[in-house]
Amino acid sequence: MKLHTISINNLKRRKAKMVFLTIGLMVGIATIVTLVTLTRSMSSDIERKMDEFGANILITPQSNGLSMNYGGISLGGVTFDQREILEEELAKIKTIKNSKNISSISPKVLGGIKVGAHDVLLVGVNFDSELKMKQWWKIFGDAPKTENELLLGSDASNVLNASSGDTIQIKGEAFKVTGVLDQTGSQDDSLVFASLGKAQKLLGKEGKITMAEVAALCSGCPIGDMVTQIAEKLHDTKVSAIQQVVEGRLKALDQFKRFSYAMAGVVVFIGSLIVFVTMMGSVNERTTEIGVFRAIGFRKSHIMRIILLEAALVSLLAGFLGYAAGMGGAKLALPFMAESKNAHLIWDSSVAFGSIGLALTLGLLASLYPALHASKMDPTEALRAL
Amino acid sequence: MALIEIENVKKQYTSGDEVVEALRGVDVSIEAGEFITIMGQSGSGKSTLLSVLGGMNHPTSGAVEMAGIRLYDLPGEKLADFRAQNLGFVFQSFHLISYLTAVENVMLPLAIVKMSTAAKKTAARKALERVGLGNKLDRLPNQLSGGEQERVAIARAIVNNPHILLADEPTGNLDSKTSEEVMALFRELNDAGQTVVMVTHNAENGAYSDRTINLKDGTVV
Repeated sequence: MKLHTISINNLKRRKAKMVFLTIGLMVGIATIVTLVTLTRSMSSDIERKMDEFGANILITPQSNGLSMNYGGISLGGVTFDQREILEEELAKIKTIKNSKNISSISPKVLGGIKVGAHDVLLVGVNFDSELKMKQWWKIFGDAPKTENELLLGSDASNVLNASSGDTIQIKGEAFKVTGVLDQTGSQDDSLVFASLGKAQKLLGKEGKITMAEVAALCSGCPIGDMVTQIAEKLHDTKVSAIQQVVEGRLKALDQFKRFSYAMAGVVVFIGSLIVFVTMMGSVNERTTEIGVFRAIGFRKSHIMRIILLEAALVSLLAGFLGYAAGMGGAKLALPFMAESKNAHLIWDSSVAFGSIGLALTLGLLASLYPALHASKMDPTEALRAL
Repeated sequence: MALIEIENVKKQYTSGDEVVEALRGVDVSIEAGEFITIMGQSGSGKSTLLSVLGGMNHPTSGAVEMAGIRLYDLPGEKLADFRAQNLGFVFQSFHLISYLTAVENVMLPLAIVKMSTAAKKTAARKALERVGLGNKLDRLPNQLSGGEQERVAIARAIVNNPHILLADEPTGNLDSKTSEEVMALFRELNDAGQTVVMVTHNAENGAYSDRTINLKDGTVV
């Protein structure tokens, strides 16, 4: 018989009370685990979605000219020497330190071309990466799949009087229009899109690109670092972050995280109150027992050890169960909460250890006052019989 | 020199604006090996005297000396240590711990003593055998009769070989036959050399003791 025997036997033989106390704390911990895991999983999902949604890094050739373009209205340019980037150079982007954060690279070649009586801007793109990046595009018809197929912006379609299924001639070659973009309100409306290789040939820029847009996943990597890393690899280019996009994403995520952590804080507080009230009730119920302990010579520290050991054992159990239940809850709730169907649960050992540690800390802190209260009980008052 | 010397002990309680004098200058001397019963009507101060004697209730004035040690001069938790090493308590309502078996209840005072678990178990088993419960070691309190619970409480009080056994109305919750058996057990322990101080309101119990101290309104009469 040692002091811990008393604690363990009390928990073993007063199962109902132990279960109640464990459930009280477990619910608190499970809620926190669910909330934190959901927040992380949803943040990651939203982050991924947002990162895939449009470019956040722009790669253009070094130029000593200034573009005279605002909101799609171009007043010409003051360009002295327009350079281009070699397409093969882009492969170097995949060698940067944070290459795993790159979601997609969309190279483009641009050039003016005559279609019938009209001058149009032809843009050569890699349709796979372009469509991944511009998920807001709504195409009437289909995206081009072969070299001799085109996609028209809505204004370009009107001006050229061509729609899906029509054929237009460029430099004596027939091209089939497979799709027309719905109005986007951007410069895309007035463009003619062709496959990158074909556009390079038509514009006489084989192996060259005019610019590249990069969608980078910001998670765990400040976009500024990636800009620097890409600039180090690609000489004679200008690499810039589209700040408005980056800042907007970070702000939205920050707000979501703050809301979730505030919720978790409230749950932690309620969980602590549950443990405190339950432990206080348990101590009050055991007044006589504590009186007996004190009467037969137990020191105050002995009483505290008994109560705190019980709290620690229950808290550890509640921590384990709370983590398991919380992760289960998060797994069930994630499909309903997350925007995308591909959102996956983030299993993080720091959440596991954190929840068990938190349960232990909460249990002990909430039991500290009841334990002190118990240890200070006057044995005569506690027993009343003497 | 007497084993216990109680000198001019006074104890006052404050209840609201009213001051209640539970003990009004009690002087008692108890020799080692004596069996003393403290008797008196309800409110006479007998239980207060026992708690003062047991080192659990600081007197308002006066001194309690036990085996040459002035109890209430002991610093901090030394008084708790003194109780653990020198005193055994038997409470009126037994106050067994409901979630511990008979043998675990008896081992309770030894939980804070540096001994091997086997030695503690042996001591507890011997104490239970001494009170006639050697065959009910693993019973929980709710599986024992009132008399058996009282015996477990007595075994718990004697397991650490205390200098003094203090009992507060030990037969208060028992029928007359069981009361006689319990009193015979106290007598038997006393015959074996155990000093016993018992509070009782039952005059018949006084017959088992060597001496009776009568209290009335907080004074010895």
